[in-house]
Amino acid sequence: MPSRDITEDRHDADPRPRDITDMSSDSAPQPDKAHGGHDNRPPHLAHHFETPKQQFESGKLGMWLFLATEILMFGGLFCAYAIYRGNHQDVFLYGYGALDKMWGATNTVVLLASSLTMAWAVRAAQKGQQKLLIAMLVATFMGGVGFMGIKAVEYKAKYDHNLFPGQQFNAFYYESGKPKYPEKLAHAIEYIDGRNAGRGGASHGTDGQGGEHSDAAPAPGEGQVLQGAGHQQAEADAQAPAAVIVTASFAPPADVTNLAPPASPADAGVLDSAIDHAGVVQTPHAGHTQILWEDLSQTERGKVHIFFEIYFLMTGLHGLHVLIGMGLIGWLILKARARTFGKEYFTPVDVIGLYWHLVDLIWIFLFPLLYLIH
Amino acid sequence: MSDAHTNDDHNHGIGHITPVSLLVGIFALLIFFTVLTVAVTYVDLGPANIWIALGVAVVKGALVGLYFMHLRYDSPFNGLILVTAFLFLAVFIGISLMDTGEYQRNIPPPPTVRPVTG
Repeated sequence: MPSRDITEDRHDADPRPRDITDMSSDSAPQPDKAHGGHDNRPPHLAHHFETPKQQFESGKLGMWLFLATEILMFGGLFCAYAIYRGNHQDVFLYGYGALDKMWGATNTVVLLASSLTMAWAVRAAQKGQQKLLIAMLVATFMGGVGFMGIKAVEYKAKYDHNLFPGQQFNAFYYESGKPKYPEKLAHAIEYIDGRNAGRGGASHGTDGQGGEHSDAAPAPGEGQVLQGAGHQQAEADAQAPAAVIVTASFAPPADVTNLAPPASPADAGVLDSAIDHAGVVQTPHAGHTQILWEDLSQTERGKVHIFFEIYFLMTGLHGLHVLIGMGLIGWLILKARARTFGKEYFTPVDVIGLYWHLVDLIWIFLFPLLYLIH
Repeated sequence: MSDAHTNDDHNHGIGHITPVSLLVGIFALLIFFTVLTVAVTYVDLGPANIWIALGVAVVKGALVGLYFMHLRYDSPFNGLILVTAFLFLAVFIGISLMDTGEYQRNIPPPPTVRPVTG
């Protein structure tokens, strides 16, 4: 549509050359005169657009192009996720035990609700409902606050249990076959094993207690036995790494360790075999969700920290986007209070709305991939 | 919907105004799918679980894109940009996934004999 407008207009009026000469001769900016011929141009219509609709469509097109690059940026992380999960299913099944399904679901609802209010804000702007627009923008902003608040609670729990990424923070780092922080590792194993054991039991009995209240201590009976096991295991790993490796009949040279799949040498090879191997390991534990530290092979144990790196990179980049979105919405609130937007001009509301919805869209995929591993 | 669309077009021609009932309806559907995708994790369906979770995510994403992001009423070119981005993402992830398996067979098997010799 807009393209036809341009050609028709140029055909009979051809305003461009005149525009240019006017601009160069008149040093003082006189927007109305500069666009000779168009007396009733609205003040927000830039001189290189013919109609408000064309300006709106162009702005939106530009935003969509930007969103495409955003998708590709996150795509790199999704790719890392796919490769890593494909090759190390057990590591994912183990590591996701540290995440809280219910916090994740709550955050999904919070973000969806803020998407609703954002879409409603766009509608209010389109209809010129100033008060409703401000109310909806504030509600959307509060959604962002809620999301980041819950994220902060979750991150705090990870920090407390030494699950942050980075060699200084993550308990699961190994150095030449030895855990770098044996004590922290023992604690982290206790924490995750306790949660995973609760989760496994829950999936067979009455639904989800383990998953839902997983912030609290692990299930009393079973959990404690396993905690002890985790402790001993970690200490054994720390004190006599060589012996452990030998008894595990798996002692690859250091440079191969990173690449070799956890499977036995016979079926080392194709991606599928790694998945098969995961399946084999899982079967003894009936519930697919239940993987404990003792179920992981020596190579897999050394890779658990990578799960947390992927988790923090993906949610961290997403959280950064939420923060940026909140900043933009804050700016929209200021503008809306000054009555900048109305039926004829609401492009910033619409375009920032698109950004906010994209952030929501990415979370819609992050949530099942990180919190609902099965 | 199409009525509202044409009316708005006649009024001032900028953008499509989505009715509140539709927005709230889409939100209700999104919440329903969120509950569904969490509920499914309590049922063990083997490898189907991940595909159901991803399928639900795609449906939710489509709802957000089509209605909250106005794609259904927009110039199709905007949707084309989005679909193209996903297409290239699929190419990127697909080829990378094919590739990860390819080097495994070149890796020498872990020397399980080593404890014996050394």
